[in-house]
Amino acid sequence: MICVVDYGRGNLFSIGQALEYIGVPYEVSEHPEKLKSADRIILPGVGAFGDAVDGLHKRGLTELICDLARDGKPVLGICLGAQLLVDSSEEFGVHRGLGLIPGKIKRLPRASHSGAGTRVPNIGWRKLADRSDSPLFGDLPDDPSFYFVHSYSAVVENPSHVAAKIDFNGHEITAVIQFQNIVGCQFHPEKSGEMGLTLLKNFAEISH
Amino acid sequence: MVKGVHLEGVRKVGLPGELATKYAAEGADEILFMDVVASLYGRNNLLPVVREAARGIFIPLTVGGGIRSIDDIVDVLRNGGDKVAINTEGLNRPEFLRQASKILGSQCIIVSIEAKRTGDDQWEAYSHNGREKTGKNAVEWAKEAEQLGAGEVLITSIDHEGTMKGFDLQLIEQVYDAVAIPVTVCGGAGKTSHLIDLAQDVAPDAICCASLLHFNKASLPELKSVLSHAGVSVRL
Repeated sequence: MICVVDYGRGNLFSIGQALEYIGVPYEVSEHPEKLKSADRIILPGVGAFGDAVDGLHKRGLTELICDLARDGKPVLGICLGAQLLVDSSEEFGVHRGLGLIPGKIKRLPRASHSGAGTRVPNIGWRKLADRSDSPLFGDLPDDPSFYFVHSYSAVVENPSHVAAKIDFNGHEITAVIQFQNIVGCQFHPEKSGEMGLTLLKNFAEISH
Repeated sequence: MVKGVHLEGVRKVGLPGELATKYAAEGADEILFMDVVASLYGRNNLLPVVREAARGIFIPLTVGGGIRSIDDIVDVLRNGGDKVAINTEGLNRPEFLRQASKILGSQCIIVSIEAKRTGDDQWEAYSHNGREKTGKNAVEWAKEAEQLGAGEVLITSIDHEGTMKGFDLQLIEQVYDAVAIPVTVCGGAGKTSHLIDLAQDVAPDAICCASLLHFNKASLPELKSVLSHAGVSVRL
């Protein structure tokens, strides 16, 4: 059973539908007991970093998620949920994250002066580059396309925590971060067609 | 380059969902549900359609038409939508765009601009699905909406929309140059060469096709293949 954490900031319906479609049992919940009993956790997220952190705090989930993740429970953060995994973010002031993967969330570099190239927010389908051999990417091609919609991304301290990148106007942007059982996807697998469903399925099968 | 699908209203209920599923299967990168009669029949006509579509379609869904409050946006998101396109309420109450992007994030808020040519180099933004004049310069409004927090611009030429005679390239170029956020172009494509002209002349972030697909003038795989051969970057 996967617990999709409901802390008031996520496209819960879409994630639920995707899990249902691939036949993975799940539960959407904000109750600590459900997070504890689940065998893996999805941390969704749409919106602003500060609001999301507040949403987790209010429900008393911040420490719990950190403890469960450090104990080895597989955790998948999606989009803002992935950003929450690092130490802090500079979106609308400085906010502390969960600190599970050392790093910071920074604004994407702007497009060139003329406005040509990819713009911010980075919206659309992008090809992954330099993906790791993580089981998360099992059955996927070397350069699968996923749907991104974001203005910020993770800059992690340890390069080995970068599991995939995208090229963004000549800059390398982190697309997937991973530290052991803790994974964060900047893109939306639940909105990335077949490739996304495959990735979710892989996460559901990652062994503890 | 993304191609969306602009579904024309709710005149034939049931059809939008089927079309969306078909287009998603054919490789659409995004689906845009536009309720063109939202103000006549009140809100929520599209929500059941979106909800149903979201059960089997795993690509981004945008909903436009009759979005007037934060609650309206939350409803869309709760029913499987990912983004909303806002026109009338943003023009009536620019502060709404600021509030909406602050609460739900810029990435969720698309300003939909419906522009009618009023001179050689002038376009006016219209509200109520192209029915009401607002007196606002469409290009200036695009800049203002970006400042207010909109994360994306959807630009439709009222003069070209539905005519299938090609895009208003001048309008699109001016809007694209005026803002630094992504621009999606809607309205006017009648044949594949129109898309190639647009992609090569202005290179907007995405193009939205409606009539071209609805009237079976071209299929998505065909469009993608032709664009790709012309050197336009598309997801195949």
